[in-house]
Amino acid sequence: MAIRERLSGNEAVAYAIKQINPDVMPAFPITPSTEIPQYVATYIANGEIDTEFIHVESEHSAMSATLGASAAGARALTATSSCGLALMWEELYVAASDRLPIVLALVNRALTGPININADHSDSMGARDAGWIQIYAESNQEVYDNFLQAFPIAEHKDVHLPVMICQDGFITSHGVENILLVEDDKAKEFVGEYEPEHFLLNSKEPMAVGPYAVSNYYMETKKAQREAMQNAKKVILEMAEKFEKMTGRKYGFFEEYRMEDAEYAIVIIGSAAGTCKAAVDKIRETTGKKVGLVKIRVFRPFPEEELAAVLKNMKAVAVMDRSEMFSATSGPLGAEVRAAMYQAKADTEVVCYFYGLGGRDITVEDFEQVYDNLEEMAKTHEVKGMYDYIGLREK
Amino acid sequence: MRRPRQENQRKVKETMKDTIELRWHGRGGQGAKTAALLLADVAFKTGKYVQGFPEYGPERMGAPITAYNRISEKPITIHSNIYSPDFVAVVDDGLLETVDVTAGLSPEGAIVVNTQKSKEEIVPLLKGYQGKVYTIDARAISVEALGKNYPNSPMLAAVVAVTGVMEPEVFLSEMKASFEHKFAKKPEVIEGNMKALQMTLDFIHE
Repeated sequence: MAIRERLSGNEAVAYAIKQINPDVMPAFPITPSTEIPQYVATYIANGEIDTEFIHVESEHSAMSATLGASAAGARALTATSSCGLALMWEELYVAASDRLPIVLALVNRALTGPININADHSDSMGARDAGWIQIYAESNQEVYDNFLQAFPIAEHKDVHLPVMICQDGFITSHGVENILLVEDDKAKEFVGEYEPEHFLLNSKEPMAVGPYAVSNYYMETKKAQREAMQNAKKVILEMAEKFEKMTGRKYGFFEEYRMEDAEYAIVIIGSAAGTCKAAVDKIRETTGKKVGLVKIRVFRPFPEEELAAVLKNMKAVAVMDRSEMFSATSGPLGAEVRAAMYQAKADTEVVCYFYGLGGRDITVEDFEQVYDNLEEMAKTHEVKGMYDYIGLREK
Repeated sequence: MRRPRQENQRKVKETMKDTIELRWHGRGGQGAKTAALLLADVAFKTGKYVQGFPEYGPERMGAPITAYNRISEKPITIHSNIYSPDFVAVVDDGLLETVDVTAGLSPEGAIVVNTQKSKEEIVPLLKGYQGKVYTIDARAISVEALGKNYPNSPMLAAVVAVTGVMEPEVFLSEMKASFEHKFAKKPEVIEGNMKALQMTLDFIHE
């Protein structure tokens, strides 16, 4: 029987870490992820787990120590947010190219500036090209479930890539909600023991990790990373299936909410998807209009074909980004979805919106407005501009 | 004016939607966030789906803060703040002059204000709010029951009574269990806290 609890998103991640009992956790505090290492440190102090906690002087050191521990053969993880992730930048690429199965608990927060502590996806979206698998959550339940699946994905022999488990700062990280926890023994069995194939502390196999690669080798390394990222798609689905067998909770690359007969769809990432679901229910109940939602769970590897197959039959699609990239087109999700639709030769109208930057709230009514806009767009076949804003103050 | 609360509770329950939405107003350090989390906690224990969350900014002691609760029989997916609450709880009556505490508040619902003033003095500060107004002197209750000013327990009991989210008896027994767990090493404060809850339930009136 699952354990019925109420936890914040940070508590849920810390609880998953306790159940996993990893070997090493170097971490440096930063709002809103600070509670995660804080709770883990408490578990260690209470003797509940025997993880080696390393107090470091910065996030640069936190990720350096994490990848050092992982290269040595340990199951290692860390947690951070926003500028903390930015300070890890160099090591993010090292972790991925060294093929280290590290897990990072990322609590999404806007990047400076202006200085802001609230939720948006600019931190992880900025790191989308670093070679990490990225998995996002709508709720505390999802971030917990994703976290339990992270190491089995990262450590799989066909993958060997680091995984970022993302949740929205404060909205889920500090909000308390109902949650179903997996029993300790089942969680441990699901995650399994880590048996590294090649590792520095193996005296029988002397090796170097992260050496210089001349031009004759660098490009093949990148191709190998890309192959691993493609392999991750299969493994992510395998782990989701295994997880569903254990818990009954179904996961994939994305969630389709009331999409069976939908004509208008919103594509979105993270906690706002829950608010959008309420709008979908309300619109369907009050007007009968066929609206639906696609919530992206896995952003890297990006499920391009699978997503386009679902969206190409829509009359109109709104892609909603919670981060800027100052391109001519839209935010990062908008650009990826548009590219996917182009590849699929879809003639669906696609509009991109920015919302929720720096924690700007988004409501059920905002989503109703977006669906209204989609309906109008499908009628007129007129997409006004490549992007627009939801929730922007006029003056 | 003693104990019309049973009647009020029944009225509130009749108008109850699937989800009760509640907004807390307090000042940083006064425990509005803690009160929201405590309410989520006790509602969770009675089998409800709950959300308890603060609105975060660069908080510091004394600055106005907002916290929220959703309590429902069904799973809650909405992750936005609450703009049309059914109930509002104000932990510090000094906020009434600077914060629009009744903004969006349902006239079918109610507001609970912690104050040493009379209801007649409070009502004119509520911008013509048409719903029910409850006042409670959480400080006096806390000082009498606990010997110190911890307004959280009385405010929590007041909110439970006014919203009718659970039966007072269930609330008291859940809180007793929770205090016994929380204050396992300080059992002397359990009785005072329980007394504060009971006194509030006895005295809360519109």
